[in-house]
Amino acid sequence: MSSVDLLAFAQAVASGKIRVIDLTQTLSQEFPTIVLPPEFGQCAPFRIEEVSRYDERGPAWYWNNLSMGEHTGTHFDAPIHWISGKDLPNNSVDTIDAAKFIAPAVVIDCSQQCAADPDFMLTIPFVEAWEARHGRIGPGHWVLLRTDWSKKPYPQYAGMRDDGAHTPGPEPAVVKWLVEERDVHGFGTETIGTDYGQGQHFNPPYPAHFYMHGKGRYGLQCLANLDQLPARGAVIFSAPLKIKQGSGSPLRVLALVSGED
Amino acid sequence: MTDPLVRPKRKDPLKRTRMPLAPPAARSRTAHGLTAAAAEGKFALQVCSDCAAVTYPPRDACPSCLSPRLPFMPVDNRGTLVAETTVHNSPEPYFRERVPWRVGVVKLDVGPSVVAHLHGDTVEGARVRLELKLDKIGAPVMIALPAKETPNMQDDPQLREMTCDPKFRRVLITDGRSAVGQAMAKAFAEAGSTIVFVGIADAWKPYPGMEALRRIERVEIVPLDLTDSESVAEQAEQNGGRIDIVVNTAEHVRAGGFVDRHGLTVAREQMDIRYFGLVRLAQAFGPVLRGRGADGVNSAAAFVNLLSVHALMNWPAYGAYAAVEAACLSAAQCLRAELRPGGVKVVNVFSGPLETEWFQTVPPPKVAPAALARAVVDALKRGLEDVFVGDVAEDVRARLAVNPKALEREISN
Repeated sequence: MSSVDLLAFAQAVASGKIRVIDLTQTLSQEFPTIVLPPEFGQCAPFRIEEVSRYDERGPAWYWNNLSMGEHTGTHFDAPIHWISGKDLPNNSVDTIDAAKFIAPAVVIDCSQQCAADPDFMLTIPFVEAWEARHGRIGPGHWVLLRTDWSKKPYPQYAGMRDDGAHTPGPEPAVVKWLVEERDVHGFGTETIGTDYGQGQHFNPPYPAHFYMHGKGRYGLQCLANLDQLPARGAVIFSAPLKIKQGSGSPLRVLALVSGED
Repeated sequence: MTDPLVRPKRKDPLKRTRMPLAPPAARSRTAHGLTAAAAEGKFALQVCSDCAAVTYPPRDACPSCLSPRLPFMPVDNRGTLVAETTVHNSPEPYFRERVPWRVGVVKLDVGPSVVAHLHGDTVEGARVRLELKLDKIGAPVMIALPAKETPNMQDDPQLREMTCDPKFRRVLITDGRSAVGQAMAKAFAEAGSTIVFVGIADAWKPYPGMEALRRIERVEIVPLDLTDSESVAEQAEQNGGRIDIVVNTAEHVRAGGFVDRHGLTVAREQMDIRYFGLVRLAQAFGPVLRGRGADGVNSAAAFVNLLSVHALMNWPAYGAYAAVEAACLSAAQCLRAELRPGGVKVVNVFSGPLETEWFQTVPPPKVAPAALARAVVDALKRGLEDVFVGDVAEDVRARLAVNPKALEREISN
């Protein structure tokens, strides 16, 4: 097998022949963080404290101290995040093989369905219909769910009502099927979590977490700009911070897309 | 009869804001017995333990029998205004700006004669009530009020110098998501505040009472998250110059102490919301409050802290919470010293368990949010600095004064 020309790759990026699309939300204090019932431990929202800004605290330099949870903002879920993945080898962000952070993706567009129905549920027939149009999902692919949720104002984005969140996501069967029948790399969404807003009422609860992490697959959430990706052919760079025994991490998610010739 | 206060005209932006000045503040250590009484709205003078003579001004020995045993005791505050005069000129910069200023001599029924400030409705020769107040620099002074309520009595300009009346003032309720925050908004609207700013964090999260809160007259919902320095700073930048009273209603109540609690996540949240939240408010709003303490009818007046009475003595059933409240009390004492030169009072309102979901399993007596809100408005109208609301708060305070060690043991059983 001949070697790959990485210089040509770099030149293609520089020239725009390969487009780099940022799938990341800006880390800001206002961005919604997952909400659990208040008696549970909570994921810390993003916070920033100025250390100095060319002032008496540091005359020539500007910098900040940050604090946040591992699951704040656009973030990566490692298998150790869920109880179903707790005993897998290399299941935390510091031990996952770095090659796993680069993988191809398919994008399943259900933005039209979600526009009319915040409780839209991804099912096997929906994915099969997608495959009929775009071809079978290959092994080792990220499955990214385009809902256009990232474009919504925060109250609708979080979708909080008195019975919990109402945001689109997958039913249990389709997650199990994607893992077992399609051997996917992981599942990514625009919403706060990879799961359906009312996913706690499924059996098992939170199936995207349960099945994906139970089989050593990954999660990406709070993604943006999925509308700029093709149904297939994008390559995702998603390297989390190397946190000791980390269950996940905020990260910059980049997609490489072949540009127009 | 006092002229009713009128809503102040909008400020002339070409005029310099009047800077706060302090009336004379020096008091002897003994005279701080009056400070203690004034802070809680009590009327107390020295009463000789040996000969029962009531004495004023404060002394270290009884003028009747030379006994050094002269504790401050609550005494009857009624008397007669025997002489009055109006000061038209004063070498004191504070009073120079405020003349004409009425003062007089009140002969108290319990004995002493007192030189006091005079409410506009007091009449020479008539019966009066003396009240101990804290003036703009937090020093105890006495003001003679008419024996019976008179119309618009609260609006008297000399009295208003010693109170923080919310009428025609603009208030910021820092957290409107809670029952206490919402009760507070209602109470201030009813007390005649011109604008009731109510802070809401994470507006994307709905909260109970949201619609009712929005419907309260003169309530203006503003984004404010006390755990976010930038959010607090932005709110101060936007509205700090037109906020006269800050009421910090942020709360984070959780049962439990330290040994049985797993990890620090909750402890950090508690410190972040309560202690650091207070520090953020102090840093963002403190400077502008302190600069506007003499800015007319709607001058900056007060910073109100709602504290658990268990800040004074830890209650192990809610031990971690009580520890954070103690930190807030200490911070409030510092803030009080820092805001005093601006004539802005730091009002600490202590209560026991509240009638809210986080004290659900605690048996009564508990303080209803509306009662707490009424107590805050009342404290501001009277110019108090330390307020104890409800049976538990009063009980803890009383037992603390007698035997702190006994309280420490008893409260942990």
